[in-house]
Amino acid sequence: MTDRLFGLVALFTGLIYVYAATGIQSGFLPDPVGSRTFPMLVGGVGALCGLLIALKPDRPEPVWPGARTLLSLAVACVVLVGYAYALKPLGFLLPTAIAAGVLSYQIRPKPQAALLTGLGLSGGLFVLFKYVLGLGLIAVPRDWL
Amino acid sequence: METLSLLASGFEVALTPTTLMLAVAGCIIGTMVGALPGLGPSNGVAILVPLAFSFDLDATEALILMTSVYYGAMYGGRISSILLNIPGDEPALMTTLDGYPMAKAGRGGEALVLSGVASFVGALLATIGLMLLAPVLSRVAYLFGPAEYFALYLLAFSTLGGIASDNQRKAALAACIGLGIAMIGVDNSSGMPRLTGGHLHLMDGVDFLVAIVGLFAVSEVFVFIESHGKNTAIGVKLEKIVIPFKVIGRCTGTMLRSTGIGFVAGILPGAGASLGSFLAYTGEKAMVKDSSMFGKGDPRGVAAPEAGNNAAAGGALVPMLTLGVPGSGTTAVLLALLLTLNITPGPQLFAERPEVVWGLIAALLIANFVLLVLNVPMVRLFVKVLSVPPGVLLPGVCMVSFVGIYSLSSSHVDMLLMVAFGVLGYLLRKINVPTVPIILGILLGNAMEDNLRQAMTLSGGEWQFLFSTKIAIGLWIAAVTGFIAPVFLRRFIKQPKPHVDEQMDVDRLTD
Repeated sequence: MTDRLFGLVALFTGLIYVYAATGIQSGFLPDPVGSRTFPMLVGGVGALCGLLIALKPDRPEPVWPGARTLLSLAVACVVLVGYAYALKPLGFLLPTAIAAGVLSYQIRPKPQAALLTGLGLSGGLFVLFKYVLGLGLIAVPRDWL
Repeated sequence: METLSLLASGFEVALTPTTLMLAVAGCIIGTMVGALPGLGPSNGVAILVPLAFSFDLDATEALILMTSVYYGAMYGGRISSILLNIPGDEPALMTTLDGYPMAKAGRGGEALVLSGVASFVGALLATIGLMLLAPVLSRVAYLFGPAEYFALYLLAFSTLGGIASDNQRKAALAACIGLGIAMIGVDNSSGMPRLTGGHLHLMDGVDFLVAIVGLFAVSEVFVFIESHGKNTAIGVKLEKIVIPFKVIGRCTGTMLRSTGIGFVAGILPGAGASLGSFLAYTGEKAMVKDSSMFGKGDPRGVAAPEAGNNAAAGGALVPMLTLGVPGSGTTAVLLALLLTLNITPGPQLFAERPEVVWGLIAALLIANFVLLVLNVPMVRLFVKVLSVPPGVLLPGVCMVSFVGIYSLSSSHVDMLLMVAFGVLGYLLRKINVPTVPIILGILLGNAMEDNLRQAMTLSGGEWQFLFSTKIAIGLWIAAVTGFIAPVFLRRFIKQPKPHVDEQMDVDRLTD
């Protein structure tokens, strides 16, 4: 089932890609291949592979995680996306401590260990990056001080 | 003679205090990264490449640092394979087959020393092979025109898809995903944006480092969340380390044969270290008279794959430096490093910037001796690295990845893209779609298209031009064979199953 679904997704993504490639504007220089051919070729081959995967799926089925693990994975995703947004405006220390702590908790659900991991990684990596490797990281935003 | 004088000039570069220090530091970091359970050469090197740019290193120095890390990780990978039964990456899988049973039988120290020596033999001879072969191949590369390069890239994808994956459809799809991503951004020839969806940030295209770090490192975090890090912590205690001269002596033949096999496998574009260690192990098993102990702790089963995969690591540098075609996931990461440093691999590199090539080769020769010292007498230090719990290691890897990408572009869009690639990498791994062809596609996509367009411009749009020279035809035949032949060969050669520990399963259930 997974492979059939995945193959179909790949097939349609490939077709959409080919369609998007037909809309590419060409340049002014003479060029027998042009800007469209190669992307269309790639999309076409990709779509074909998708179709073949859907027609002949692999056995056995991959084992998908249960609801609780899926929730953990979703939480991890949200944390990482949040971290990407927070790293610049909020400085290094706070977002890193939170993100590392939450990730650690998702891998091993032990609150105390996760808290320590978050604090330790945040502080340790800051010292490493800032003072040993000399990266221009900001510890906390200036107006907090 | 010419080689020797070039090598001497290389040593002049490599023996400066800074370079020497970088090589030693790279070896130490690499061995640690390799030993960390769940990290191997490709994801280890991937997270460190962005950081390497934030120092003020020149091209040669950065290259020497990262290649030392690469060699170090190839050495270090055996430590977690042997003591924990956890391969850091695919090539290290073969080492678990006999290494772990040896460790369980109380011969862990012996296995570590033997595999360290085997790694040394493989890597040293392969570096010498690289030294002799690369200049020759770089002259052959002058015969390559756009049609040949196009066929060569195709060959890399097809051997990678044919050999490294067990499903051609999925490997080909992965290559298409990579090539498709490479197309995003401004078209070099026409100056028009392509497939950016109107996003300004995508005009420059998707940075391959973002994709590499996402697919190789961030996806690892999701994999560990799913497994809850459970299949990591159980290992074998290491007793006294003695140097088993007798065993090493008996394995000399094994090491030399495996080095040869591994080196050749490494040179094949797209094949790389996994094939090297696999062929070395199966070849050795078929060749020795009494193979009944293979899989149960035969020292030769440890020496063969280690010599093989380290030789392949050296061999993989040959096509990477001379033709710009990486032979494995890690060399793809190194190619990304080269491209970001504005070094274009190929024959010009050997002609115009010999100090880069020969400095690198000399540094690798030095690195091998440093690694031998680190990995035989000092191996105990690195064994300690094994006890880092995944609950600390993976968040750490993730944070390092973020800081690396952030220090490259200071843009949150790149970090978001990296997370997206992490999720994609996790999903694809579940569906058993290989990720290395994606990286290769992103790296080579534009060059592949440019060569196709040049070929067509030269020929005035005649498609037959792609098959017009002997070299091109040879490459096309090799590409088709490399893609299709493994389907038939797979029926005869079975991948050995990794050792499953009953005790470990019990622990997993009770944990």
